[in-house]
Amino acid sequence: MEVPILKQGDVLIATVQEALTDADLLHLRTALVKQVVRCRSRGVIVDVTSLDVMDSFASRTLRDIAYMIRLRGAEMVIVGIQPEVAFAMVQLGLKLEDVATALDLEEGLAHLKHKIESAV
Amino acid sequence: MARIDNSVEDKQVKAKYAGDTQPVEPTSVLLRELVAHLRQSRTQLREEWASRITEAQLLTAMTKDEIFAEATSVYDNYVEALETGTFEALQAYARNLSERIIPRGVETHEVVGIVLLLRDVLARSLFAKYQADFTKLNRILDAYEPAANRIANTVAVGFVQERERIIREQQEAIRELSTPVLQVRERLLILPIIGVIDPQRARQLTEQLLRGIRTNRAKVVVIDITGVAAMDATVANHLVQTVEASRLLGATVIVTGLSPEIAQTIVNIGVDLGKMNTVGDLQGGIEQAERLLGYKVVPLTATS
Repeated sequence: MEVPILKQGDVLIATVQEALTDADLLHLRTALVKQVVRCRSRGVIVDVTSLDVMDSFASRTLRDIAYMIRLRGAEMVIVGIQPEVAFAMVQLGLKLEDVATALDLEEGLAHLKHKIESAV
Repeated sequence: MARIDNSVEDKQVKAKYAGDTQPVEPTSVLLRELVAHLRQSRTQLREEWASRITEAQLLTAMTKDEIFAEATSVYDNYVEALETGTFEALQAYARNLSERIIPRGVETHEVVGIVLLLRDVLARSLFAKYQADFTKLNRILDAYEPAANRIANTVAVGFVQERERIIREQQEAIRELSTPVLQVRERLLILPIIGVIDPQRARQLTEQLLRGIRTNRAKVVVIDITGVAAMDATVANHLVQTVEASRLLGATVIVTGLSPEIAQTIVNIGVDLGKMNTVGDLQGGIEQAERLLGYKVVPLTATS
């Protein structure tokens, strides 16, 4: 399952539409980093609104993506974590430390805008 | 609910009195006879019962008229249960009665007490009627006693079940009362917690808060625990998890009002305090939240 990645100015938006297999997640990681390089993006949003479940592999991979993207000078924000998913994640100890999170796409874009402008 | 198995009792009655020269009546006939007697003597027996209730100082929460009215219903239901041998109607009545009298402060021992008093009053009346014929009295009691015991049981159990149902409802109501999520500014929520938090309440709190963050699109939440005296390590962990889960939804949590005991607990469980944003009191917490959201509060007229 290929995750669509859209470009909006300096920002890439990857919208996860259904549960991803481990292979899908690794593919997403490769694709996102490639795109960041190709488009010289300053920010990445990963929208997980449609995910009902977040397991430890998904959580670790998303963190890896955030770190890799940061090495390319870009910021990543995860948006749309559902309340039930957030609750389950903290109970399992999956904290997504050092990764920025926001409520939804609008908030995520506002966060990135602020971050990008203040980095100049 | 099973009917009283008259056929078994009939055989037992026959076996018991096999040496009698008189013909043995089956239990069902005896029951009909005693029910007829109880119906006939209704007024007198009901009055006797009501006066014994007052004597025993039961149902003090009710007026004499109320006791009389209920006594009438209980008596009639009692005799009907004896007659039909079925208890559904009695159970329904017991629950209905309980629903009415529990809010009046009637206790379990009172309800059990009055039913047992009625049992005694009716038994005495049977002794009086059949005192000349000891054998017949025994047979009548054989028919009466199991049914009377069943009735006492049914009423008592019905009362207790109703009490338990009410207690459960009240517990639920208390839980819901105590965890409102309030929006005090755009993007700012307060969660004032009062009373005892057990793990179940803590979980409910977290779920409510997370839904509130999403619905109100909150960016900052102030959780005030001034009203919480103590918290064990499990609940303190829940609080920390609530803070982390809120962050995943893009909200910052400020915890205010930690008592010295709770502060101790949190330090003891080894929470990374860098992750816990705390302020002394609610006022301070709201002020910090406003700053985070970019508000500045200034008086309308400058004092010079």
